Amino acid sequence: MAFEDQRTTVYKIDPAHPESETLPTLRTEELLLNMGPQHPATHGVLKVILELEGERLVKSTPVLGYLHRGVEKLAEDGTYHQFIPHTDRLDYVCAMYNNFAYCRAVEKLMNITLPDRAEYLRTIVAEVQRIVGHQFWLGTQALDIGAMTVFFYCFRDREILMDWFDELCGARLTTSWYRIGGVERDFTPSLLDKLKQFLDYFPPKIDEYQVFLETNRIWVGRTKGVAIISAEDAVSFGLSGPTLRGSGVDYDLRKAQPYSAYPKCEFSVPLGKNGDTYDRYWIRVLELYESVKIIRQCLEQMQDGPIMADVPSVTLPPKQRVFTNLESMIQQFKLFSQGFDAPPGEIYCGTEAHKGELGFYIVSTGGGKPYRLKIRAPSFIHMGAFDHMSRGYMISDAVTIFGTYDIVMGECDR
Amino acid sequence: MVLQELASRLQNDFSAALVRTVEWRGELSVTVMRDRLHEIAQFLRNDPAMDFDYIVHVSSVDWPDDEERFEVVYELYSIRKRHQIRLKTRVPESDCVVDSLTDLWKGADFMEREVYDMMGIRFRNHPDLRRILLPDDYTEGYPLRKDFPLRGKGWRDTFEFLDETAR
Amino acid sequence: MGLIQLGRHDKDGTSDIVTTTVEKAVNWARKGSLWPMTFGLACCAIEMIAAVSSRYDMDRYGAGVFRASPRQSDLMIVAGTVCRRMAPVIRKLYDQMPEPKYVIAMGSCATSGNIYDSYSVVQGVDRFVPVDIYVPGCPPTPEALFDGILKLQERIMLKRVFLKQPDQVKSSFKI
Repeated sequence: MAFEDQRTTVYKIDPAHPESETLPTLRTEELLLNMGPQHPATHGVLKVILELEGERLVKSTPVLGYLHRGVEKLAEDGTYHQFIPHTDRLDYVCAMYNNFAYCRAVEKLMNITLPDRAEYLRTIVAEVQRIVGHQFWLGTQALDIGAMTVFFYCFRDREILMDWFDELCGARLTTSWYRIGGVERDFTPSLLDKLKQFLDYFPPKIDEYQVFLETNRIWVGRTKGVAIISAEDAVSFGLSGPTLRGSGVDYDLRKAQPYSAYPKCEFSVPLGKNGDTYDRYWIRVLELYESVKIIRQCLEQMQDGPIMADVPSVTLPPKQRVFTNLESMIQQFKLFSQGFDAPPGEIYCGTEAHKGELGFYIVSTGGGKPYRLKIRAPSFIHMGAFDHMSRGYMISDAVTIFGTYDIVMGECDR
Repeated sequence: MVLQELASRLQNDFSAALVRTVEWRGELSVTVMRDRLHEIAQFLRNDPAMDFDYIVHVSSVDWPDDEERFEVVYELYSIRKRHQIRLKTRVPESDCVVDSLTDLWKGADFMEREVYDMMGIRFRNHPDLRRILLPDDYTEGYPLRKDFPLRGKGWRDTFEFLDETAR
Repeated sequence: MGLIQLGRHDKDGTSDIVTTTVEKAVNWARKGSLWPMTFGLACCAIEMIAAVSSRYDMDRYGAGVFRASPRQSDLMIVAGTVCRRMAPVIRKLYDQMPEPKYVIAMGSCATSGNIYDSYSVVQGVDRFVPVDIYVPGCPPTPEALFDGILKLQERIMLKRVFLKQPDQVKSSFKI
């Protein structure tokens, strides 16, 4: 029985003629919701203006630039060696891969080839960084969707590797261990032992994360069928890395344009089918297993040898000699104050970072400083496809979509 | 496809539009005339032998001493054929407008906005050309130009929003 | 016959034993339950997240409950580079926090701008927000952040609650 008084009106609909009901028309309008820049789930400072119709996303406009530090302009002001710490802070989750990409670009410009041991060392550390980066991604994506346990487990294992980096080069997060022409210092026996222990310890841990997520109904329900992008659209938007491979496009720079020690290792590149969030998650977890495989093979194949290319006009002398030998001190001073003489020309060099293709386009007119240095950041380009990927989904999926892109604002805004 | 074949294909079909072809460190750079840029880009994308379906980046370089001051650089890659090409064009400062390639590659959208933001080059037919990394009301100019000082023009020391909160 | 003033000695106006004990209790409560606001901007945010994780557990200092809203927090840890576009947002959030509020500038970028001497980076967050503790490092390790939080807790214990803060605060930091 309906309660009738002055304020309540009971709307009666005749079931035989529902179209003749006399409900007053409801006024609807779209809601503009501002998400960020300070928000627990946006990965960094990112603002997205969401146009909502009820709970559905009609359009989303990302607003970038909250972490724009002017890095490309700063590059023109210093020498090539001085830019290496800046690259660390681009994708600060897996910092050394940015060093790697930059050093490769400068070595291509200067036409330097590296000794074998340096290439193996670089590849090993790059794959360890890939593990660190994917663990961070998995932890934060799980935290955003609600699986907090996985966050704590991923960070627990990440801490082991942070200690390893601390022992390797003195810094946990923003390391600058790569140098133009090689690496700064060699592995100690204790580092090798710790790495081998970690390689035995880690694969069962990945299985542990999977126990929580792989067939979990909530996880599957929140990630399957969300943020689908077709292969054609993904290629047209310029996506790369797991975001592109989730749609089934087989493009991995480690296989397409092999570099460093990757041609000597056997590994497979996982591909997705549907292009949704679940596929991209699955690819990243499989890449963790592949990274472990690559590191094992590199450790077996690595021989003793020099860790820096022998090009005195470009590469830095070993630190022990700098403080004892006069020529080395002068060489170090000259290389840092004036820089080496780069040939005039321009190059582009892309590397498969764990987010996608990280590339550096360097224009040189001779001299020690780059004339123009452009950073091709995968996160920036993935934000271009955000609007396309998020249309039609619910507002709670917006948080999932941030995570599946694996965006880092340091790289996006530069 | 080998770089020489790429270069000769372009030479045959668009010889009037090509300004310069450079091959260095294993990469091919082709400078074209500004008004034929869209046509050549469309050819590079649609031709089955070329098949450049992936846009790597869009960039710009400032050469203040040249009469055609700005250079817009498009780097294209073909995933299936595994070859790469760099398409460049020059734009004078007085008329720095270039055709937008967003209708060919959707990823060019954000990349061209960044070029506009940093260098001031406008793109014809771009769906939404506004600043992306700097605020919309930034009036000091375009940072990556060579005459823009590194430390800015005093904007970073003015905090006018503090006066609003002090009231 | 003057009015009896509660909490002060009649002769010199300094606080008496009741006030100081209550002050100590209030300060102890404030320092033991500092609720930070999630304000990670750049790389230092990763170390802040590591500080909250299970290895370096920030929760044992009472500071592990990160609130998303400024209205519910009393500590703002500015972790990362302050860029010109973000500065008004930081100021607005600072103004929205209720008193008593504290600010820790974590990392070299928030302290002084770090290596980014460029057109869009503010050279230190203390240009427009009063900072209590500076934690240097790039990024500071989680232990350095804890050092900063513990020093902030010592400072909180020295603050006056009911009376005016004297001009010179005697500090008893053991270095």
